[in-house]
Formats: sequence, C-alpha cells, structure tokens
Amino acid sequence: MDTSQIISILSVAIATSTPLVFATLGETITERAGVINLSAEGTILLSAMVGFAVAKTTEGLGTVPSLLLGFGAAALTGAAIALIVAFGALTLMQSQVSIGFVLTLLGADLSSFLGNPFVRIPGPTVPSFKVPVLQDIPVFGPLLFQSDLLVYISFLLILLTWLFFYCTRPGLMLRAIGEQPAAAFVRGTNVVFMRYFYTLLGGALVGIAGAAFSLDFKAGWSHRHTAGYGWIALAIVIFGGWNPLRVALSCYLFGILQSLASVAQSTIPNVPTQVITVAPFVMMILFLVLTSSEWLEKLLKLLPPRIGWAIAQSIHSKPPAALGRVFQQD
Amino acid sequence: MRVELHNICKRFGSVQANDDVSLIVEAGSIHGLLGENGAGKSTLVKILSGFMTREQGSLQLEGHEVNIKTPADAMQRGIGMLHQDPLDFPPLSVLDNFMVGQPGGLFTHRREVIRKFRQLAVQFNFALDIRQPVGDLTVGERQQVEILRLLSLGVKTLILDEPTTGISASQKDALFAAARLLASQGKSVIFVSHKLEDVDELCDRVTVMRQGRVVGNLPIPAPDAQLIELIFGEELAPPAKNSTCQEGVALALENITIRSDRLNIQVNHLTVQQGEVIGLAGLEGSGQQLLLQLCAGLLQSSTGCLQIKGIDLTRQPYQTYLNTGVGYSPADRLREGLVNGLSIHEHVALKTSSQGWFVDWKGTLKQAQTAISLFNIRGKPDTKVERLSGGNQQRTQLALLPVPLNLLLMEHPTRGLDIGSTLWVWQQLLARCEGGTTILFTSSDLDEIMQYSDRVIVFSGGELSEPIDAKKLTVERLGQMIGGKLHYDSPVMAKRSTKHPAKR
Amino acid sequence: MISKISISRFNVYQVGSLVIALAFIAGVILMVGGSPLAVVTSMGAGAFGTTDQFARVVATLAPLLLCASGLLFTFTAGLYNLGIEGQIVLGGIAAMIPIRLFQEILPAPLVIAMAITAGALGGMLWGLLAGILKVYGRIDEIFAGVGLNFMADGLALYLIFGPWKKPGVASMSGTEQFSEAIWLPTFGKTEASPVALVIALSLLLLTFIVLRGTYFGLKLKAVGHSLRASYILGIPALSQLLSAFALCGAFAGIAGSLQVLAVFHRLIPSISSNLGYLALLIAMLSGSQAWLLLPIAFFFSALNIGSLQLPLSLDLESSLSGVIQGTLVLFALLGRGFSELNKSDLNKTVNH
Repeated sequence: MDTSQIISILSVAIATSTPLVFATLGETITERAGVINLSAEGTILLSAMVGFAVAKTTEGLGTVPSLLLGFGAAALTGAAIALIVAFGALTLMQSQVSIGFVLTLLGADLSSFLGNPFVRIPGPTVPSFKVPVLQDIPVFGPLLFQSDLLVYISFLLILLTWLFFYCTRPGLMLRAIGEQPAAAFVRGTNVVFMRYFYTLLGGALVGIAGAAFSLDFKAGWSHRHTAGYGWIALAIVIFGGWNPLRVALSCYLFGILQSLASVAQSTIPNVPTQVITVAPFVMMILFLVLTSSEWLEKLLKLLPPRIGWAIAQSIHSKPPAALGRVFQQD
Repeated sequence: MRVELHNICKRFGSVQANDDVSLIVEAGSIHGLLGENGAGKSTLVKILSGFMTREQGSLQLEGHEVNIKTPADAMQRGIGMLHQDPLDFPPLSVLDNFMVGQPGGLFTHRREVIRKFRQLAVQFNFALDIRQPVGDLTVGERQQVEILRLLSLGVKTLILDEPTTGISASQKDALFAAARLLASQGKSVIFVSHKLEDVDELCDRVTVMRQGRVVGNLPIPAPDAQLIELIFGEELAPPAKNSTCQEGVALALENITIRSDRLNIQVNHLTVQQGEVIGLAGLEGSGQQLLLQLCAGLLQSSTGCLQIKGIDLTRQPYQTYLNTGVGYSPADRLREGLVNGLSIHEHVALKTSSQGWFVDWKGTLKQAQTAISLFNIRGKPDTKVERLSGGNQQRTQLALLPVPLNLLLMEHPTRGLDIGSTLWVWQQLLARCEGGTTILFTSSDLDEIMQYSDRVIVFSGGELSEPIDAKKLTVERLGQMIGGKLHYDSPVMAKRSTKHPAKR
Repeated sequence: MISKISISRFNVYQVGSLVIALAFIAGVILMVGGSPLAVVTSMGAGAFGTTDQFARVVATLAPLLLCASGLLFTFTAGLYNLGIEGQIVLGGIAAMIPIRLFQEILPAPLVIAMAITAGALGGMLWGLLAGILKVYGRIDEIFAGVGLNFMADGLALYLIFGPWKKPGVASMSGTEQFSEAIWLPTFGKTEASPVALVIALSLLLLTFIVLRGTYFGLKLKAVGHSLRASYILGIPALSQLLSAFALCGAFAGIAGSLQVLAVFHRLIPSISSNLGYLALLIAMLSGSQAWLLLPIAFFFSALNIGSLQLPLSLDLESSLSGVIQGTLVLFALLGRGFSELNKSDLNKTVNH
C-alpha cells in the first residue's frame, strides 16, 4: 500500500463520516445538557427523507436554494422530534428512553411511508468544491481540501463546538447544567429552558446529518437507507467521552474502518461483502465495550502506573453526572 | 451590609420550620446562628439566599425592603451562600467552577479570570491549583473555591452554613481568617453552626434558635452554659429506662475504620451487651449513620474485626448479616427502607419470601391487615408506600422488621410520629430488648436519646466518644460534646456545673 | 372519592391521547393523498379477508407474544432490553445447529424439540451477555443490547455467506431450506402453526403466573422499582437482574427458533424482521400488564399483515402499520405523562 492509497483511504473516510460528525456533535450537545435523545436513528432517517423531498420539489429554484431549503427542512425535522423528546422528558417527566425509542421506530416508518415517491430518483446534491491554494498542499490538500462545502462546514462545526464548550460562558454553563443542575440553578440559570434549547439545537444538527446523507454522501434516498447510523452515532458519543474533538475523531475512526472494509472487500474476496459492511459497526461497539467497562481499568493497573494512567486518561471518560435525570426546582 | 429579617414564617407539611423569626446582622460583623438539628437555621438562611421562598415576613438590606425569590435575586443584591454540601461541579476544574455564572460577554477571558482568581486567593491565603478538578479536592478546598467565587461576584453578605464540618484545622484557620478579613472590610458574615467553640472563636454576636423560633440573642463572649441551655432547653428528660442489659456480648467492634468522602471514623474498641440500648447522639451527618451501616453489613471496615453474638462477620456479605439476625431501619424511607412503588401488602409478602415459589396472597393479605391494625398504619393493604405519610411509612418500616432479631439498627425510630405513637413504638422496641435484642439508634431528639438509652455515644465530625451511662449525662456535658468537645474532662466538668452552673 | 376522580381523569387523558393519535395518523395518510377510510377497509380486508391472511396474523402473533412476554420480565426489573432483536437472531441461529446436525439421523419431532431448546439457550446466552455487560461492565443495557444486535446480524450474515452457504451461490435469501419433515405442522396450507401458537400462549400464561403469583416475580418488581431498597430488604438484586435478561433472551430465542421452524424453514439474514422492537412497543403500551399483551399483540399483528395489502390496493407503503403502532404508543406515553402531571398538581393544591 503506498502513500497515495493511504491518503485516498483517509480522505474517503473523512468524507463519509461527515454526516456522522453532524449527528454526533448534535447528540453531544444534547447529552451535555443532561438529556438523552435516543431517537437519533429515526431522526436521521426521517430528516434524510424530508431534506431530500424538499430539495427535490424545489429543484426548480436552482441547486443552491433547493439545497438550502432541503437542509433547513431537515434541521427543522430534527428539532421537531427533539421537541417531542424534550416535552415528554422535561415537562411531562416521562422516561427519556421510552420516548426516544418510540420516536426511533416512528421516524423510520414515517420516512418509509411518506418518502415512497422519492425512492431512488436523482435529485440535487452538494457540488464538490476544491479549495483554491489549500488543495495544493501536499498530503493535507488531497486529504482535507478536495471535497465539498459540507465537509468544510463540518470541520468548522467541530472547531466551533469545541470553542463553544471550552472557551465561552454559555458553553461552560452547558457543561455545568449536565453535571449538577441544582448548582447551575443557584448560579442563576433557568435549567429547564436551557435543556429545551440544547435538546432542540442538538436535534437540528442530527437532522442536518440526515440531509447530509441524502443530499450529499448517498446522493439520494431509499427505504432504511441510513439504517444503523443513528445507533452508531449514539455509541460514538459515549466512545468519544462527550468531548467534541474526541467525538469527531471517533467518527473518523469509524470512517476509516468503513474504508478499510471496502478495501478488504477487494483484497480478501472469500469474506462476503455483507459481513464486511456490518464489520465496522460491530468493531465500533466492541471498542466501546472494551473502553467503558471496568475490566479495562483492572487491566491498566497491571501496566506501569504512569503509562496506565495516561491511557486511562485518554480513553476513559465519565458521562455528565445528571445525564437522563430530571431536574425539579423545589 | 446590614441585613434584617423580620417575622419570617415557613412551614414544611406539619412542621413549622421558621415561626416568626427575626434576625438583624450589622454591617462589618460576624453573626453566629446556633441551634441543634432541625432548629430552623438552615431554612432561615436558605430563605435569605433565595433558595427557598418564605410564606410570611420581610427582608431588608441596608434599611431597604427587598424581595428575594431566586438565588439569582440574592446574588444580584450581594448575598452569597456557602452551602453545607458543596454545590459545585466535581469534574470541572477549579477555574471552570470559579467561572460558571460569572457575568460577562460571550467568551470567558480565561487569562483575566485567572489573574482575578490569583489575586483573591493571595488575599485570603488560599493555595489552590486552578487546573485541578474540584472533585479531587477536599471539602475545605472546595469551600475555598466557592468563597472566592462568591467574593469575585461582589458579595456583601456571606452566609456560611456549617462550614467547619469535615475540614482540617488549618483550613478552618484559613476560613476564619477570611471571614474576619471580610468583616473588617465592612461586609457581614452569617455563620451557621452548632459548634460552641467555633462561634466563640469567630463571632461578634450570636442568635440561638430552637424549634423554629429565636430563643436568644447575645453578644460574644457568652457563657457556654447559658448557650447550651438556650440551644437544648432548660432541662433534658431524665433517663427513664430500666436496664434491659443481659449477660452476653451482642456486638463487638475492634479497631474499625470507616471512610466516606467527608468523614473518617475510627472505632478502637466497642462492646455492647445483649438487650442493651445505645443511643447515638450528635448532629446529623457526624458519622452515626456510617456506624449503623457498618454494623448492618452495608459498609465494610478496611481494618479490624466485627463480631455479632460471637460470630465473626468481618468482610462477610450483607446476606450473612441478615441471616445472623441483624435488622436495619434506614432514615431515607422511600429510597432505602421501602420500595417506592410497591404496596404495603407486597412488602409484607416480600418478607415471607423464603417460603417456596408461590406467594400466598390471601395469607399475606391477612398478615398485612394484622400489621396495619397492630401498628396503626393509616393505609390499606394495597396502598403504595409512597402515598403514605411519613409517620405511616415509619410504622410500615417497623412492621416489616423480622422477629426475633439479635441486633436492631434504627435511624430516627420515631421521626414524624406523634407523642402517643412514639410511646407505643418504644414500648415495642423495649419489649424486643427484654427478649434479648440489642438496639443501636440515632435520633436528633436529645430527649429521646436520654429517655431510652442505657448508654450514649456522642458523635462529632466523625469522632465518637466513649459510651457514657445515660444516668451520668447532663445537658451541659451533652451539649459540649455535640459541639465538639468530646473528651471534655468530665470530673472537673461535673464539679464546675454543680458549683457554678451559669458562670465560666 | 379521590381515587374515582383520578381514575376518570386518567381515562380522559387516555381517550384524549387516542383521539389525537388517530387524528395524527389520518393526517399522515392525507398527506400522501390517501383516504383514511379506504385505508381502514383495505387493512381490515388485508388482515381478515381470507383464511390465509388471518392465518398469517396468527403466525406473526406467536413470536410477538413470546418476545413481549419476555420483555415483561426485563421491564418489571426496570431494564430496557433493546438487545431483543439480537436475541431472536441468536435463537434462530442456535436452532439451525441441531437441524443441520441431526435432520437426517434423528426422528423429526426430536429434532424440532432440540431446535426449540437450542433456540432458547442461544437467546438466553445473548440475553445474559447483555446482562453481564450491564451488571459487571457498567455498560448501559441499551447500548450493550444494540451492539449485540449488530453482532448477531453479523454472525448470521457470516454463517449464511460462509460456512452455511447454499450449495452453488450464497445469497441474501438465506441458507438452503431444510427437509419438509422438520417444518412445524401448520393449519392446512397456511403459515400459522398450532405448535407455535400453543407455545406462545402457554409462555404468556406462565409469564402472567410468574409475575403475579411467585416470589420471583415480586422480587423482580421490587428490584425494578428500587435496586437499593431491594438490596437492603435482602433481595439478591444482581442475580434478579441477570435472571430477567436470561428469561427474556430465552423467550426471544424460542421466537427465533419458531421463525426458522415454522415460517422461513431456513436461516435468513433478518430473521427477526423487527418483531423484537415491535414487541417492545407492545410491552410499553401494555404498561407491563400481562393480560393486555394478547389483545395488543393481536391488534399490532393484524396491522402488520393488513398493511401488506396497501401497496397493491391503494398504492401506499406498507410501513403505515409501523406509523400507526408508533403513533399510538407515543401518544399513550404522552397522555400518561399529562395525567400524572395534573394528578401531582392536584395533590399540590390539596396540600397547600
């Protein structure tokens, strides 16, 4: 395998994991506020369909406006589903998991039912756009700057989310709300309102992820087109330790697994394609299991303390302490 | 800042937590607020800091009437409170904790904040590493972070709620020095405590509360004896219990260490006779509960050994304790004592679970009805336990304790019960003692401790006293011990209190 | 008096949520230019029009009942067993083992019995795995379950395209059909198998009895409500959780083996056909009442089969059944929330 091959694997990996970057960052924001939006799988499917349908029906307006409308509609779809989760969980105090799960199934079925006319037809897609100058940088150029606008926006989103979390006052408060809502309340925040806001914002990003599939990377829509990606997004958020950078890197790791899988397909022909398609999902979950269980901690104790500690620091992470818990102001 | 609270009233269910309470704190002073558990101190300061709403009464700051409804209101008017349990964000760094809730623009301006933090920290002589997560700090250091944060927000009145529990001597010195510095700057400090010596050392004036009312307001120094009398009332009930001690050791502890995040408890040696009743006195959270949970098998000691009826149960599983005849009745009824969501009948049925596969619903229904009438529980067999009132939950919990038991561990056996039921409960418990059951119980009601204990152990900040014969206890001695002077020289003390009861 | 008020309020919210749910469904149908009335008749005819169709409703009912019964154990223990899909798949895979080994050696009834037992064991293994990850590995059962679902799917695909592939060319249509002798007997030439139905109904009855009448069920309920309090009351809480996973897995595994034995007569890639997730909806809607499972499962099963007619008769997607099921459960949950919310408001005003 030569360098150019590696670069092409990596660049494909980065591009294909772009929708996941939107979805996982959205979910990270929601969960950092202390709410689990389990409906990602259904949200992605439904918003992929809605985004494509809107862009397709407005195709006459020109590619750019129709794409914008498509992405906007997808974001609204995601936010609408998130609103149901937030209302059920924060106002009606019902189980976040139950509501999220029902919405997962409902979103999937609604997308199939409503999206029937749009199955496997050509529609507008995000045009590729090579960044002048930057694309000529050796290695980095082909790796990062020879795809399309959505990919660059995802880079920006990672950076912005990270900046928001760790350099802004509202971002600090967001992290605080998810850890100890009572203490955040004492510091003058309306916890329930902020949780609504971040649940909706996160939902909108998950919705955009859906449109990123149908209007860009899968270039079209079909039944259950993105099956599995919502679940994997939820797992990646845990694997990435609710930290935007690590979450994004975990998305790329998943992308690399997928690219490798497609390479493996041509090099080891006796393993069936179908198995290879599932393999990245299985491996990602295995990673998650390995890193979040306490067995790993025991294993790390066998290593020299400093190395063990360093590894533990880099892969281990605790969820926001108030994740999934209702905050009742007394 | 001069703070005035006038005629504050607040009620929780049937308990009048604050009953027409008034308090005036002068600018530039440190004002102590003394009282035992449930005297209403915390309620009062939580009302002042906007954490709770009052039902009646008014607040005045610098002579102006104000209305404080939320913590944000209070902060805006310059009132900040250091909560008893740190209300902070354990995984976030010291600096992040300092910054949460600070006013400002979109960005955090880290460098500027660090400068401000360092400046304040130097001023108060606090040594804190800004990068460390506060979860890794001691309680005392977490308090320091919180105090600096409140001061950076321009607090003019600082409330300290039981700040000296669980912190080291040097941290206490630093805290007190900080409080004095603030007072010298014209700010006011309200110091809520139960420790006489701390109030003595720090405060200019003290207000004493008992049962939701203000019972005294005097300048410091004030005679200990007078303060103790104000805190606990004139007299304790006399020890009324006939000894139920029997031959044979029921419980023996040797060289036990219990660690929790706040306390470190060391029991060198303790033996309790069969049938004996030991009262565990002290402020809530001073370690009594940890000792009970250790004896129940729910906590493990890292050292030493524990024997019940001569059987070594050190590091045995909880189930073995249950099989040895140990019963535990926790104070947190709906989280630990009873299963939230299950009915009385189902609880009674669970108790019979060793009898085969199938539940005898008819038989257990009769048992439940018997228990309900016997223990006078206001509820039906199919009433879910969370629908019962606190007192009736307590009765249910009592009804579920197995008979017979070797060792019974009770947290607040009569909390929430009226006088008649309290008498009845103790009648039941003492009957068990006659039968050889040993009881260890905690109570925040000193009368109850005095009336029903053979011996009393006093807890203060994780330390515990030798067991003392209840008949030899005086209100003064008990007050001193609860206030932290556990190893007070008792003979001298006894002499002094007989000769000069109100002078020191 | 008070209880009467709260019961009638509860009903108001339940009926209200049902009405809104139906309105939402009608709206969705209108959106694609369909007629709600036509849909009702078409789905009714699709489910009950011919004996063949009715038989398919019954055939779908059996695995649904099995999975929903199993899920009652995990729900009672306070667990969301999202791994049920994988447990069905493992049941299907495990059932294939004795069939492949013994189909030509041993008598058919014995092979069938062995296949069902193997299915139960396979599902139980997968359920226990999720339980162990939850109890000892600190991994939320939801993600452990979803992860194990992916793995089960991968395993099934691997077997179908690898070691168990059809002679000639492997395909998504599954392994080679096994001999007809081992097919479960059916009513006439339909898909409905009396054996599967009897197994499902008796396990439903068993579930009802265990949860209502045994100490195991009562302890499970206690653990589900409060792990800490149950532990203090002396209930071995962790082993209760593991047993709930094992039981649910076993039930799902039997469902998987019945899918193999009675419906597909081979292993196919998506042997669970989303029945596990559908069963989760059924269990949620029942509010953990075992006796409600039968009518709800029957209704949902009829929706599933009835909707298969839609593409032919009205040119609508058959996933409408899923839309109806999901909407009903979603609004039932929200309605439950409203009634609880207002009940607690009522209590507050009484207290003041």
